[in-house]
Amino acid sequence: MDFTFTDDERTFREAISRFLMTEAAPEALREIWETDSGRSPDLRNKIAEQGLMALSIPESAGGLEMGDVAWSLMTQELGYYGIPDSLADTAYVSAGLINALPDSVSDRQGWLEQIAEGSLRIAIGHPVNPLVADAHLADFTLLAHAGEIHAVPRALIDVEHNPSIDSSRRLCRVMWEPSSATRIADAATGQPLWDQALNRGALSVAGQLLGLAQRMLDLSVDYAAQRKQFGKPIGSFQAVKHHLADVAGKIEFAKPVLYRAAYSLQHGSADAALHASLAHTACGEAAHLAARHGIQVHGAMGYTWEVDLQMFMKRTWALESAWGDRTFHKARVSDAVLSDGAALGPGHLFGRS
Amino acid sequence: MDLTYTPRQQAFRAEVRAWLVENVPVEKLASYDTREGFEQHREWERKLFDARLSMVMWPQELGGRGCDLTEWLIFEEEYYGADAPMRVNQNGQLLLGPTLMEFGTQAQKERFLPRMAASDDMWAQGWSEPSAGSDMAAVSSKAIRDGDHYVINGQKTWSTRASFADWVFGLFRSDPESSRHHGLSYLLVPLDAKGVTIRPIKALNGKDAFAEIFFDDVRVPVENRIGDEGQGWKVAMATAGFERGLLLRSPARFQQPVRKLIELYKAHQTEADRDPSIRDAVLEAWAGAEAYALSAYHTVGRIARGDKIGAESSINKIVWSELDLKIHETAMRILGARGELLAGAPQGGDVDGWLEGFLFAQAGPIYAGANEIQRNIIAERMLGLPKA
Ligand SMILES: Cc1cc2nc3c(=O)[nH]c(=O)nc-3n(C[C@H](O)[C@H](O)[C@H](O)COP(=O)(O)OP(=O)(O)OC[C@H]3O[C@@H](n4cnc5c(N)ncnc54)[C@H](O)[C@@H]3O)c2cc1C
Repeated sequence: MDFTFTDDERTFREAISRFLMTEAAPEALREIWETDSGRSPDLRNKIAEQGLMALSIPESAGGLEMGDVAWSLMTQELGYYGIPDSLADTAYVSAGLINALPDSVSDRQGWLEQIAEGSLRIAIGHPVNPLVADAHLADFTLLAHAGEIHAVPRALIDVEHNPSIDSSRRLCRVMWEPSSATRIADAATGQPLWDQALNRGALSVAGQLLGLAQRMLDLSVDYAAQRKQFGKPIGSFQAVKHHLADVAGKIEFAKPVLYRAAYSLQHGSADAALHASLAHTACGEAAHLAARHGIQVHGAMGYTWEVDLQMFMKRTWALESAWGDRTFHKARVSDAVLSDGAALGPGHLFGRS
Repeated sequence: MDLTYTPRQQAFRAEVRAWLVENVPVEKLASYDTREGFEQHREWERKLFDARLSMVMWPQELGGRGCDLTEWLIFEEEYYGADAPMRVNQNGQLLLGPTLMEFGTQAQKERFLPRMAASDDMWAQGWSEPSAGSDMAAVSSKAIRDGDHYVINGQKTWSTRASFADWVFGLFRSDPESSRHHGLSYLLVPLDAKGVTIRPIKALNGKDAFAEIFFDDVRVPVENRIGDEGQGWKVAMATAGFERGLLLRSPARFQQPVRKLIELYKAHQTEADRDPSIRDAVLEAWAGAEAYALSAYHTVGRIARGDKIGAESSINKIVWSELDLKIHETAMRILGARGELLAGAPQGGDVDGWLEGFLFAQAGPIYAGANEIQRNIIAERMLGLPKA
């Protein structure tokens, strides 16, 4: 039993964090918002050079072959620095799905290599998400048709843009026709892969939400230490302190929930879906509270476009319902926990074995 | 990351489970807040000690097994999973014990720890005074040096189980000129010493759950002091850390009631579902216990790696106390009109210990440092916010 990360995982996280701190500062992200695509090929290339796109790709395809556990750290960094989620959709969720495809899918190896080097952008249209993020500029979109998996090139889909409150989100309604030419897995192969993709998507969102929560807390702590009223920093007032202490508590106790989910996914545990949903819920609650208390602590300043807090709050509100909304995940938890013979109580923490 | 138990850990679990199946009293013991129940619990503790299961983390020579923290978590899971009796000597074993190991002299360890492990000595905790609650640095009870003795005068209050305990540990002002957290000494006082008067205080449940202790020229030898004279605050802070951190409230202590809460909900689902928010509260309680347990394993892993855990223990304290409330409030909502019935009421049915647990849960956010104070600690020491 060892519920900690390896030195490799921690070192990699720190490196990514240092990199994003300089390359993806809020001002830079705001500039990217203004572009049509909402995406910066330049930033994406630099991120690929850091190895992030190759994180979970097998070594045989030029990757680092780390698993969901490593992603549970990395998605926190993506959230903390407000990196658009499509990156994780390609490098984590789609890469995992493609990697699990049978060898008979002839493009499989090539795709993995291209993801690792950062030259391929994939959008993924899971049935749980009503709209597809980044389908407008993905090389192809993975789409579901009655359990089958289709890889549909950009040229074969029509997209309708749906602007989001989060200026970095690019959501599309996707119109397409399933055909044998685009099908890469039949329903028998495809359905379990869609199920796994959902768990990965949920984990990815959960990690980002936790990173977002930490960012909003940090911004709020800084603000509360500087802003003075009644002749004192507002952070010295107990009501303000308690708002922020509660956020710190929520974050602290969501982390291990996320990490267990990652471990369950990585090891194909029978409880993976339950654990992933619990992580989505716990991290979502932490981020939601961080946003609410964050804006309260910032006062009217928090209600402005100017302050960086807004970027992270809006990302939170957007992601809270991505890869399954709260109702969906709570229902999954409820079904599992209240089912007959559920393994609950002391000694069952790490799942059915 | 490796979330599987080693064969050694599994073997330990199996051994503990087998022993508990054999030995946990079939008949529930009386409440340890009564003299009779207290002595029944003492007997049970002795039995545990004889099986070397009383203090599994303590070294072999003190009657323990030298278990690491993970094994301790396993022990606790089995212990609560078996519905074994509540531990009556928590103040000694879980709070003073580790403090002695860190700050006590060899002689003190030898004198106190084995008797504590065997529950030959039962301990009460003496911090609070009528004018020193949250503000513990305001203690005014005095311990004035007289040769190789201290002479103690003053009063402690809210001292859990002091009505029945053998000893009390606490903070006393050894420098009469001092103020706040200076000039305090950490002393161990036998409760049968001359000049000690104990007045029980009835708790919400009508039982003598705690007491006031009056000291009237009580003499204790200097060797009953832990740490240096005047340095008691530092030692006391270590004890307080144990109280808020993991040791006092192992996750299994909440996982087991949550499991029962789910059973209770399922047994009364038709009535309970008339209020859809009850189901939600049940699930939240379960998720809370789950997160608390995961956090414990995560913390244990980090400690094993060499990390130091500081102000996080304050978060811990808030979480377990509010979780306990959530569990019991939800149970009371499910029980509805029967919730008010005392154990043994003919129409009580499965009301069982829920009301008792509900009453005790009310105290969680108050004792071990009120949650308001813990939130201040988190904000100031963890987040670095300015002091008022
Ligand atoms: C069941 C139980 C068992 C106990 N066992 C023991 C024991 O064995 N030994 C022992 O020594 N003590 C024991 N205590 C006492 C316990 O430690 C104190 O009750 C606790 O420290 C709070 O002190 P108080 O009751 O005097 O409340 P007060 O300090 O008077 O506080 C009352 C309220 O005011 C708030 N408050 C006070 N100061 C501040 C501040 N600066 N900022 C914000 N809010 C503030 C508190 O949070 C609380 O909500 C026990 C208490 C209970 C309920």
